[in-house]
Amino acid sequence: MTDFGAAISTAFSLVVYLDRDLSEVVLLSLKVSIIAVIIASIIGLPIGAALALYRFPGRTLFIVIVNAFMGLPPVVIGLVVYLLLSRAGPFGVFGLLFTPTAMIIAQVLLITPLIAALARQVMETLWLEYEEQLRSLGTTPLRALGALLWDGRYSLMTAVLAGFGRAIAEVGAVMIVGGNIDHVTRVMTTSIALEISKGNLALALGLGIILVVLSVLVNGLVFFLRGNNRQSVAP
Amino acid sequence: MILADAASILPLELKNVSLHTGQKRLIKDISCTLEAEDITVIIGPNGAGKSLLLRLCHGLLTPTSGSITWHGAAGRKPSLFQAMVFQRPVMLRRSVRANIDFALSLRKVPRHLRHDLIEEALQRAGLNRFAKTPALVLSFGEQQRLALARSWALRPQVLFLDEPTASIDPAATHVIEEVILAMQKEGTKIIMCTHDLGQARRLANEIMFIHRGRILEKSNAGTFFDGPKNDLAEAFLRGELLWWHRRELTPP
Amino acid sequence: MKTRFLRMMTFAPWFMLSLTTVWLSSAARAETPFIIVASTSSTENSGLFDYLLPKFQHSSGIYVRVLSVGTGQAVRLAQNGDADILFVHHKPSEERFVSEGFGVERFDVMYNEFVLVGPALDPAAIGGQAEAPAALKAVAQAAAPFVSRGDGSGTHKRELSLWQAAGIDVSKITGGWYRETGSGMGATLNIAAAMEAYTLADSATWLNFHNRRGLKIMLRGDPLLFNQYGVILVNKAKHTHIKSALGQHFIDWLLSATGQSAINSFTIEGERAFTANAPSDIVIPDKK
Repeated sequence: MTDFGAAISTAFSLVVYLDRDLSEVVLLSLKVSIIAVIIASIIGLPIGAALALYRFPGRTLFIVIVNAFMGLPPVVIGLVVYLLLSRAGPFGVFGLLFTPTAMIIAQVLLITPLIAALARQVMETLWLEYEEQLRSLGTTPLRALGALLWDGRYSLMTAVLAGFGRAIAEVGAVMIVGGNIDHVTRVMTTSIALEISKGNLALALGLGIILVVLSVLVNGLVFFLRGNNRQSVAP
Repeated sequence: MILADAASILPLELKNVSLHTGQKRLIKDISCTLEAEDITVIIGPNGAGKSLLLRLCHGLLTPTSGSITWHGAAGRKPSLFQAMVFQRPVMLRRSVRANIDFALSLRKVPRHLRHDLIEEALQRAGLNRFAKTPALVLSFGEQQRLALARSWALRPQVLFLDEPTASIDPAATHVIEEVILAMQKEGTKIIMCTHDLGQARRLANEIMFIHRGRILEKSNAGTFFDGPKNDLAEAFLRGELLWWHRRELTPP
Repeated sequence: MKTRFLRMMTFAPWFMLSLTTVWLSSAARAETPFIIVASTSSTENSGLFDYLLPKFQHSSGIYVRVLSVGTGQAVRLAQNGDADILFVHHKPSEERFVSEGFGVERFDVMYNEFVLVGPALDPAAIGGQAEAPAALKAVAQAAAPFVSRGDGSGTHKRELSLWQAAGIDVSKITGGWYRETGSGMGATLNIAAAMEAYTLADSATWLNFHNRRGLKIMLRGDPLLFNQYGVILVNKAKHTHIKSALGQHFIDWLLSATGQSAINSFTIEGERAFTANAPSDIVIPDKK
């Protein structure tokens, strides 16, 4: 139990003294995961909504695959992205390996299925409610998609936050494609892994506490932005 | 811009329309013609097929066999001239005014015309003070009035209503009935179904009695309520025919 | 809805501004020249690079990005051209790397040693012994828990050669008292500490390892435990994008008097972690 006490005091002093390495690592974690979740949302939300609204051959198979990919192991995605971005690989010429961009790519691949799958569920429920009335009003498929995405924005926000949580918490993919290079691609999770491998368990735990607090702050911020603007009697 | 002033898409003719799902035959060989200017009220016991019939006419369902023809359509899309109010109002998570605006934009009404249409519709339904309120904060009755206002703004030639006041208190019901009558006066053909025989008496010019997927009687409202020709209809008016059928009364 | 929209709109510019600042600052750093060095966890975990590289960066202006992975992975990365320099501690792999044309030339840089660590209770009674293979034999006879890297790393290969010298085939006994973690040095030490088991570690990682929990050095000094580090420039002929000039600059610095004395001056808790041993007959061209 001494580790926990040491962890909390380590975490506290790191934050209070605005440890430079810590702030660098925190900013990079946020930057990579926020950009990744934005891109993944732009791709995943419309896919999820389209899966809910449209019927097309192979739809069921597509849904099964998207749902299954929610559970893709990050380390496997990291390996695949490494093979793609390696100099010996097809996209090597761009020199993206071991940069934050590679980490963003890996995280986008990781969380897009999650966001799409959750969005589909939300949209399906909404569409059940809205379909008749919208068709009566004469909606086009595209306008229905837009209306549903907007109307379901709060539930979709939860899907986006789930994606963010998964992205900022993963270590396998970013370790492989980022390389945990000091000052360049070192993020919270890879820092924690490094400190564990050095046996600095209290420090690692302290960093872990900071990461959790960070996640709470981000979620809190989102709810604050939702604000007092309640759209209905129900939450 | 869709106006009731444009050439009417009516009359609506159903010829041998049937609707099956799997094994069940829900609508059985219905044929009838609906003309403009009447308020047609469809009545019948639960499960008779009233809602299904409305949806078939409006185009939300496709008949398994038979044809549904708008004889006045003349190459235009009939759905553009129709609107429907459902038993439970369906509103988007946005303001009252925005909901009507959305419907108008779907019908491609030019922006500069929308403001007046929305104002007028809200006025008629008595909802002006709620213009900026989130629609879902409104009570059920108020939302249903909004649904009606939304339909009004579209200036439909035909308005379908599926038991619009089924779950609404008498005061709100009264307002809604007033709006329906006002719309009819301005030229909208009303086709509605209801459980409320009192409402049917108040509003209908024409009555269609549906039972187990068939039209058993279609006649002028006054005539019908004085004494329906069909004995099942008569039983229904007496309050005896609710949702089960008595074998001996089943028509061949 | 309008007020919420406005509120989001006021927040959005700040958000975009901060994102852009963060991006630009890292982009600015990308302007400075850099090389990528594929090395093992021992050089990173010991803190050597944290100590050494700023000196090099200061004098040359070249930024060194270190990938600290297992020896096997480091060699693979260098083969793929994903690193400019290979800096590991397994001579056979390094020499093969050069002979297969992936590397230009191999140079000795520094050495330290492997150590056998174990629980304070020392069930196999190997504490203070001089010969590693004999000690391992004792561990096997006592069936005392032994944790192996099991990951094809330099340390792992050395450990296997020691078992071979002791005449023991560990592939037959794995899963019993002999446990293969398939992990890096740090993770393996964590496991050994928790299991109170013996393991082979490189001295630098051990010196900087802070979760010992009762593990102690049992045996050191056997010549078979000598741990040599070598540096190789990846061959530009195989991968044209390799930064040969910058990479060579780094190698020259490592092998120069400055670099070598810097290595020698690196201590962990007062103890020297690596001893520089680049051949003194290497001629380093005069650099500013």
